[in-house]
Amino acid sequence: MLAKRIIPCLDVKDGRTVKGVNFISLRDAGSALELASFYSDNGADELVFLDITATVEGRGTLLSLVRDVSRTISIPFTVGGGIRSEEDVDAILGAGADKISINSAAIRNPEVISRLAGLFGSQCVVLALDARANSLMPSGYEAVIDGGRTPTGLDALSWSMEAEARGAGEILLTSMDKDGTKDGFDIPLTRLLSTSLGIPVIASGGAGSMEDFKDVFADGMADAALAASVFHFHEIDIPCLKDYLRKEGIIVR
Amino acid sequence: MIAVIRYSAGNVLSVMNALARIGKDAVLTDDPAVISKADHVIFPGVGEASSAMQYLREHRLDEVIKGLRQPFLGICLGMQLMCSSSEEGDASCLGIFPEHVTLFPRDRGYKIPHMGWNSINGLSGPLFNRSSNGEYVYFVHSYYVPLSEHASAMTEYDGFSFSAALSKDNFHGVQFHPEKSGEAGERILRSFLEDL
Repeated sequence: MLAKRIIPCLDVKDGRTVKGVNFISLRDAGSALELASFYSDNGADELVFLDITATVEGRGTLLSLVRDVSRTISIPFTVGGGIRSEEDVDAILGAGADKISINSAAIRNPEVISRLAGLFGSQCVVLALDARANSLMPSGYEAVIDGGRTPTGLDALSWSMEAEARGAGEILLTSMDKDGTKDGFDIPLTRLLSTSLGIPVIASGGAGSMEDFKDVFADGMADAALAASVFHFHEIDIPCLKDYLRKEGIIVR
Repeated sequence: MIAVIRYSAGNVLSVMNALARIGKDAVLTDDPAVISKADHVIFPGVGEASSAMQYLREHRLDEVIKGLRQPFLGICLGMQLMCSSSEEGDASCLGIFPEHVTLFPRDRGYKIPHMGWNSINGLSGPLFNRSSNGEYVYFVHSYYVPLSEHASAMTEYDGFSFSAALSKDNFHGVQFHPEKSGEAGERILRSFLEDL
């Protein structure tokens, strides 16, 4: 049986990991390569790197980090953050990443998803979708961008369905209401998208306890769960988390 | 010498990196002379079947591959291209294995692609000398090879079973990515390179 995936997320800036609480304040959590290597050896199923560097020099640093990570770890990894063009994607995949994730660029121009899927294959195109509850939206959730600061007017469910139709291979779904709260994943949001879509959904935002992971798999129907600070600050140890999930009847590697 | 076949399908870098991690030097090449002389040949691949086959034909690599007598390992799309044909792009393939590559049925409620870590069972043959039934490896694919007498490993996805690996004479294929399957994948690469 296909296992549910546990995915640590590394927010990186200039080759080091940082973790924002609600994406605003940042704390340093160490060397990205060292941390990636630690997770790869200690039960992580996949890694996600989100680059929050805005400068051109920073992008060069990112590519050299991607090359180092690709040489060092033996599990798949996704790179996202600031990806706008086919050239960006070509460079990141060429440096050894398995998948890229796009967010704002896809919302501004949905055609980007179709183009990237056609050029590189759906399996490496992850749509990152930040969603926030909004009762005016048909599904009750709105897609937001710019770290949650900018509403888009797009219904989160219909946008994710369009992304799937355009060739996205996976959805990285972050609840902006839950992100940074350690209050648990947004179960209704995750369940809504996961049961409506024919592609895998990675749930993100709100992980605080091992029980939260059980709930997002069992009730939220997520295919994978992503978290950052609970792993970076050793509040949850991945091998222990997997033992716990196994006892709860969740299939993990 | 280990030859990794360079062609239009991506993912060759991951394979080269995995080989380097287990201390193996490999040459990335599309030169028929180099491929023919190699001790082991690896045929990686992430991509689309019909365009990959077209590239192989244009570079005369199809006939070269079929004529090889040394241990040969196709990975993911590489394994699918070793079959007779693929539903993907209605491609006619290399025909080393007689099987037809088919799209996962879409009406079963599970998600496509089959993406993530799944267990392999019914293991047979030297490729799995260092592996045990039930071990997890990493898959990403939307098309599958049905079970047959050539299956040397099988995997189940929501009650649907298919070939996770194929073997016939010197030709071997794996549907999963040993280069992305952590320590379990490295043991399979090692068995291919050291026991065959």
